[in-house]
Amino acid sequence: MTVETVGFWLVAAVLLGSSLAVVLTPNLFHAVLYLAAALVATGAVFLLLDQPFLFAVQLLLYAGGVVTIVVFAIMLTERLVGERIRQTSRHLINGAIVSAAIFAGIAGFLLQAPPAPPRPEQTADVTASIGRALVGPFAVTFELLGVLLVAGLIGALYFARSEE
Amino acid sequence: MIGLSSYLVLAALVFSIGLFGVLTRRNAVGILLGIELMLNAVNINLVAFARFHGDLTGLIFTLFTIAITVVEVAVGLAIVIAIFRVRRTVDADRLDLLRG
Repeated sequence: MTVETVGFWLVAAVLLGSSLAVVLTPNLFHAVLYLAAALVATGAVFLLLDQPFLFAVQLLLYAGGVVTIVVFAIMLTERLVGERIRQTSRHLINGAIVSAAIFAGIAGFLLQAPPAPPRPEQTADVTASIGRALVGPFAVTFELLGVLLVAGLIGALYFARSEE
Repeated sequence: MIGLSSYLVLAALVFSIGLFGVLTRRNAVGILLGIELMLNAVNINLVAFARFHGDLTGLIFTLFTIAITVVEVAVGLAIVIAIFRVRRTVDADRLDLLRG
């Protein structure tokens, strides 16, 4: 049992547990908090895969940004309606059957796949390579991403503006 | 040593759980949370493949999906708030105006 093995199973348990809590808890606010835990656990998976930069991005954008936005949205809508929003589920059995079938399909595909290559040694500094790639071959895509962010910002403002 | 398939199975499990949430939640915000889980599972897959194949493109792609997801959540929640102002509900079953 190496450190990596123990870490993987620990992170996997946290990730799966909090993911299940996200889709099963009746309180919407608690679901968002469990989502934050799941997102941080995903970041920890990135760390296990030797990607500290993606871990930081995950924490900043997902656990910091997305969770904050969702919490604000819940608080706003609850304030507008003046009561707690119930979070109920329906068709639990049908949903479980469909998602179990999807998982079985993916798992069957993984079983047929040829054996994976062994994990190569991490040689270069990945963060530096990502930075060079973003201003090199992926520069146009990177700029387009900026355009998309501006469009999303304007779109969100447009939809959520008050009528007056 | 944890192999590539362990990461892929973990991602597949998270993806299925997210799909379950999307299928069963009635609240539009709850459905968005399920979509978040599914996109996260995809990111795990991308990073795992990139790491095990020593390919940088998967990491760049993950960066782009993360940014696009953040935009998607912002616009999606803005739409939810706009719908809520008009209809006074975020129950996806009762938002059937476009149903034929």
